[in-house]
Amino acid sequence: MLSAGVITVGALVLIAVFAPLLAPFPGDASVATHPFSVLQAPTWLHPFGTDEVGRDILSRVMYGARISPLIAVAVLLIATVVGVPLGLVAGYFGGVLDDVIMRVTDIFLAVPALLLALALSSVLTPTIGSTIAAISVTWWPWYARLVRGEAASIRGRRYIESCRALGIPRWRILWRHVLPNATTPVLVQMSLDFGTVILTASALSFLGLGVQDPSPDWGLMVSEGQAYFLTNWWLVTFPGLAILITALAFNILGDGLRDRLDPRHRMFQ
Amino acid sequence: MTRYALRRVGLSIIVVSGVMVLTFLISHVIPADPAVNWAGPHASASQIARARVILGLNRPVWSQILHYFSGILSGNWGISIRTHRSVLSDLMQAVPASLELVGAAIAIAVVVGIPLGLVSARYAVKFPDHFVRLFAVIGVSMPAFWLALILQLVFSRDLHWFPTAGEYNPVLAYAHPIPHITGIPLIDGLLRWDWPLVTSSLQHLVLPACVVASYPVGVVTRMVRAKVLEVSEETHSQMIRSLGFSERALLGRFSLRLAWSPVVQVLALVFAYSLANTFLVEAVFDWPGLGNYAAQSIETLDVPAIAGVTLFVAMVYVILNLLVDLAQALFDPRVLIS
Repeated sequence: MLSAGVITVGALVLIAVFAPLLAPFPGDASVATHPFSVLQAPTWLHPFGTDEVGRDILSRVMYGARISPLIAVAVLLIATVVGVPLGLVAGYFGGVLDDVIMRVTDIFLAVPALLLALALSSVLTPTIGSTIAAISVTWWPWYARLVRGEAASIRGRRYIESCRALGIPRWRILWRHVLPNATTPVLVQMSLDFGTVILTASALSFLGLGVQDPSPDWGLMVSEGQAYFLTNWWLVTFPGLAILITALAFNILGDGLRDRLDPRHRMFQ
Repeated sequence: MTRYALRRVGLSIIVVSGVMVLTFLISHVIPADPAVNWAGPHASASQIARARVILGLNRPVWSQILHYFSGILSGNWGISIRTHRSVLSDLMQAVPASLELVGAAIAIAVVVGIPLGLVSARYAVKFPDHFVRLFAVIGVSMPAFWLALILQLVFSRDLHWFPTAGEYNPVLAYAHPIPHITGIPLIDGLLRWDWPLVTSSLQHLVLPACVVASYPVGVVTRMVRAKVLEVSEETHSQMIRSLGFSERALLGRFSLRLAWSPVVQVLALVFAYSLANTFLVEAVFDWPGLGNYAAQSIETLDVPAIAGVTLFVAMVYVILNLLVDLAQALFDPRVLIS
């Protein structure tokens, strides 16, 4: 399971990194029009066909492999940088601080992630930055809650008690002792979330609120191909398949990671 | 129990107020200039100034928030820039269609997911298990808008098994008046024994419901599998085996009952995700629900409508979670201790 996920993700990363070398028509990933090769079905020259302005879809799909994981990495980075400290503080110190932070996360979690990201993106000018910002805003509360639960349970453990007895300052206890032990669920959740963030980002692009033309984002390609696809099936099939395979690979990777790291969720492998 | 209920209700009220603040921020504070948005792209300076007064943007922020809150509570959710009607009445009109879609999707998820989860648990680690697990993880990783387009292409255009779009065949409306009791054509047709309407509704419902059901099916299957495997390791299961019950009886009669609770819990979460997913699917199938309304509002950057939809869905989600929590407290009193 895990090995299948690692291999697929590895292949995706390689394709993303070496896209300029692997893509048969690197120029098609940005502004380009080839009026004489518009809407061609898949052939050996263009294995995935061409789109409505003649760009090679295979090259665009390869370049698109750079965008989605980049957005996912940025979103998860922001979500952890914001959510983890808040969760630590809430879980360790408890009391009013804990209540306030938990109420705030409740409020954010009450709105489905896609919906909140949608609403935010619609009032901001859509760029790759606004997509990252909108999705990060909806994602951090989950990590805060996760870390808060871990921190609260770690607080009661013997070694923390002895830290306090030794007179170690609180910030040091948090940084050196609580945080390292609270990271496992965060890592597992991050690997599982990668696929979901990619799906959310491509959904935003599909609706026109994410990265814009001529960026070869997969969701955008599906949306652009929607008008023509009933007679030109290749416009929508390949980018969408790329989204599916990417999300699938990261989900399988995340599942495998969880099986390894979290014995409670062991799937009897 | 009443103390727990009161606490949960109080919490829900706080959360809903917080969401209202959030939607206020999204519709009044974050946009560059809501007055320009309201007045339109060709408005003159005086029209924009008048729009500012209408929207109350010249008043201090706390007064705006107060006005916004009192508006929401009294039923004034703003006027949609696109349809020029009250946002609340637009929402009320769109909700039954979305309910039909999400309800059908969750019904499919439960009917398909639970047996699949049981099969997967019964043959754990062997071939059926791997097959079902792959199927479930694909369901969870599926981009809904893509699946909608592919199904439309294959089943509607190529095979002609199912219609392409809409809630029911509009030609039916010429033959006889469509009953309008709940606003859901399938239910209304059943209530009035209007069989052409029922068959047409079912035909139109199949493809969109299958698309929206892909995520819930994946989640339910994985959850049932995990729970049943966990339960079958416990002491009472070993007792049941030693009494001579077959593995099938153990799974079907004894473990399934224990699997219900986490499934119900996860269904609330899945409901919210499915409602958000319908935003992508309804646009493709021209389904007249909340998702289509939201998609069209986004296209025209109709901020009051977008904020209204967000607030509405959040409220539904909070109420649903509240009901699930209260139901859980009824079935499992251990919940009351925390």
